Amino acid sequence: MTTRIVELRRGILKKNDELAAGLRSRFSAAGVLVLNLVSSPGTGKTTFLEWTLRKLREAGARAAALVGDLETDNDARRLAASGAPVRQINTHGICHLDAEMVGKHLESWGETAGADGMALAALDYLFIENVGNLVCPSSYDLGERIRVALLSVTEGEDKPLKYPTLFNSADTAVITKIDLAEPCAFDRELALRNLNEIRPGIRVFETSAKTGAGMEKWLGYLQAERTQAS
Amino acid sequence: MHELSIAASIVDAVTESAAAYPGARVTAVRLRVGALAAVVEDSLQFCWEITTEGTPLTGAKLVVRMMPVVIHCAGCGVDAELEGVQSFRCPRCGELAADLGQGRELEIESIELEEPDGPSEPASERVSGLAG
Repeated sequence: MTTRIVELRRGILKKNDELAAGLRSRFSAAGVLVLNLVSSPGTGKTTFLEWTLRKLREAGARAAALVGDLETDNDARRLAASGAPVRQINTHGICHLDAEMVGKHLESWGETAGADGMALAALDYLFIENVGNLVCPSSYDLGERIRVALLSVTEGEDKPLKYPTLFNSADTAVITKIDLAEPCAFDRELALRNLNEIRPGIRVFETSAKTGAGMEKWLGYLQAERTQAS
Repeated sequence: MHELSIAASIVDAVTESAAAYPGARVTAVRLRVGALAAVVEDSLQFCWEITTEGTPLTGAKLVVRMMPVVIHCAGCGVDAELEGVQSFRCPRCGELAADLGQGRELEIESIELEEPDGPSEPASERVSGLAG
């Protein structure tokens, strides 16, 4: 017997990365700004997104959402109340979305408007709400332009230190439920410092979808990014 | 726990690459895993055993080389290795650095094959024929 060593230098998630790159060029060609929203379960991603979709639509923008959960279409039904087109992805036990799942759900959308209005070219914004998990989604590129990590004031200021992998991979952070900051004795300065230690220079929005605090700034950011994208 | 998905991706990639060496048995798979790759080695080893069981990769060793984060410090102009992932400050000057040179790797570095004597060259034509 002879032993042979074969150098591969191959990315383990190469397939996902290639699919994601393909999606990214499709999104870019269609002029749609795509965001991947990641957080722990219970941070308030759905409420935050519900508000965002509603306001964007009120402002005349065309926004849609793909929402990932292990099971149930509860979130899709909640988000659909905003009037935006929403599709649910059930991963059935898988703890993250990947580019293949996103691609499959986009297949039926086509590049131009279909009967259900779900066409990439007919959109300004597409939000992908990932499965609630702060570990696994960090490794899977979905072809998004902006990865948003959300954390709520009820989760504690050290969340970025506990999940550095995810926060370091994020482009933007959103602190949710700031209306609860006081009863939770949330240390704002510490949270901002922790975010900056893990992802130096990260842009942070402090928001409450309940009171609307900080949400206008967030919308302004989306609109500016959207203009850049097209 | 996405180590199971990762293990399955490794099996697919290795199986594909090893197909170029008919008759060879894969004895080891060497990985480079960055400290920011979100992979727990113990968990990956456990999933590797489960995933390879009953496949031609049964018994192949998974050798994981963990790679520390390396930042590029704009202030010092040097690359510096970080001890952990709790702070992204330059160990020399203390400045925060957003520029990562290393740490996100999730890569198959090499595979080790045992071939019957008289090793054949990669049968690339045959492989592409099969794939097509």
